[in-house]
Amino acid sequence: MIWNRQAECMPVRELESLQLQRLKETVRLAGENVPYYRKKFAEMKIKPSSIGSLKDITKLPFTTKMDLRGGYPFGMFAVPQSEIVEIHTSSGTTGTPVVVGYTRSDIDLWSEVMARCLTMAGTTENDIIQNCYGYGLFTGGLGVHYGAQKIGATLIPMSAGNTKRQLNIMCDLGTTRITCTPSYALYLADCAQEAGLMKKIRLKSGCFGAEMWTEKMREEIETRFNLMALNVYGLTEIIGPGVANECPHKNGLHVFEDHFYPEVISPETLEPLPDGETGELVLTTLTRAGTPMIRFRTRDITSLHREPCKCGRTLVRMARITGRSDDMIKIRGVLIFPSQIEKALLEIKGIEPHYQIIVTRPQHLDEIEVQVEISKKMFSDEIRHIEDLRKKIETHIDKSINLRVKVTLVEPKSLPRSEGKAMRVIDKREI
Amino acid sequence: MDKVRQVSVFSENKPGRIEKITKIFSQEGINILAISITSTNGFGIIKLLVDKCDLAYEKLKENGFSVNLSEVLAIEMKDSPGGLYEVTHILSENGVNIENAYVYVAESRAKAYLLVEVKDIDNAKGKLSGTNLSFLNMIKG
Repeated sequence: MIWNRQAECMPVRELESLQLQRLKETVRLAGENVPYYRKKFAEMKIKPSSIGSLKDITKLPFTTKMDLRGGYPFGMFAVPQSEIVEIHTSSGTTGTPVVVGYTRSDIDLWSEVMARCLTMAGTTENDIIQNCYGYGLFTGGLGVHYGAQKIGATLIPMSAGNTKRQLNIMCDLGTTRITCTPSYALYLADCAQEAGLMKKIRLKSGCFGAEMWTEKMREEIETRFNLMALNVYGLTEIIGPGVANECPHKNGLHVFEDHFYPEVISPETLEPLPDGETGELVLTTLTRAGTPMIRFRTRDITSLHREPCKCGRTLVRMARITGRSDDMIKIRGVLIFPSQIEKALLEIKGIEPHYQIIVTRPQHLDEIEVQVEISKKMFSDEIRHIEDLRKKIETHIDKSINLRVKVTLVEPKSLPRSEGKAMRVIDKREI
Repeated sequence: MDKVRQVSVFSENKPGRIEKITKIFSQEGINILAISITSTNGFGIIKLLVDKCDLAYEKLKENGFSVNLSEVLAIEMKDSPGGLYEVTHILSENGVNIENAYVYVAESRAKAYLLVEVKDIDNAKGKLSGTNLSFLNMIKG
């Protein structure tokens, strides 16, 4: 099923001409109204007339998360605050968040692209959608919410967590579609099986995203729930979920190119890569009014494919995300820099910066273990003093970055030392 | 009353740790008189009473262990029924609280020592100085 046949199946030439027109408009809007881009474009002598073809996008500067942080809080806004109807901030973390603003037209845009995603998964007004993405500053919850409302489906705004209640509602109300992280889907499957509720579950499909996952996980989710599991992609800086979604042919995620212009670049040379080659995804918004984004470096690793898709959509497809081009880790949908954990660690007296972060997914949910070498200052004859300290580190990290971690104390010099950049993160998840 | 010192070693709770410690002792000719192990949440502390505690301390440190030397009370007791009772009765009467304890059997069925960790060792020594308790005084440095 296709939500917006005209947009999603638009002849490529027509699509390109629409993209060019919208790109010019975005450059004009950003250059005139966004303080950050006004300065940047002036320095680089960029005008809307600099863009004569889509290829000219390479003349535009990249935007990084750091640039966005620099504009905190409203430096990236293209409209006065009175026109902003909603605010979200990027997931994660301490320090300065990235603030994005949505005008009424941005919310319409978001509803439109999310309606497309959910429709790809077969959702109609006859469906009951259980939305287990978190509501709040995190974009997952409200993004799905708007899309479902646009379709007219019956939406249950469950938000994340409270698994027992999720399952009861799912059984009692006869939920047919689900939206959550893939790892949470598997966790739900475990709990449903344990509670003997599998037979009462009527799920037909789900859009899963906000973290990296594999074909193997897809198979498992599909087999256990007997549903169709599709990959959804998005990020707060661009709009939230709804940048791209898989159609039932499952051969990559269709990017809604009429609103988001994708490029894949080499993270080393920053040069654009040809279709099919793997590199870092860069996105430019074509219709965002509140916080237009020029060539945002997502750090997500993928490739673009333009061979026609059996579904009839002409939209380019991006491969499943296979990694990141920085050392950030995504845990339960939240981006964490190892340095944030280090900062929290070093705030505790007596701790030395010898640590390692180990990410695992033991029961389908991400877990972080922080191994900390015990130092002379930490050591005590009394095991309970050391145990108290261990717990103190756990609590402090939890408080500082809002993430529950397991702290393990290890012997001095037992963690690997390296000459250059230390290997701080060991990701043991099967991704 | 001589100073009796125990060696405390931090260790991860995983195979091969005690093996490594005892290998060092074996190479250095250090004899273990008593040992106690406590563990929680993936790590533990191994406490050892050895004949050459300073050497043990140095060698463990050289090998990268987190190690400490601390004084304990080593109270003589009979290795027969009622032996521990006699000692703990006196400790209790004198208001000495045991934080941690383990046993060194010096002569099987005859003489053992209760190795006692207390919060304030000088205070405890003072309280026990007038009692009938005998203390170990043969540990060489």
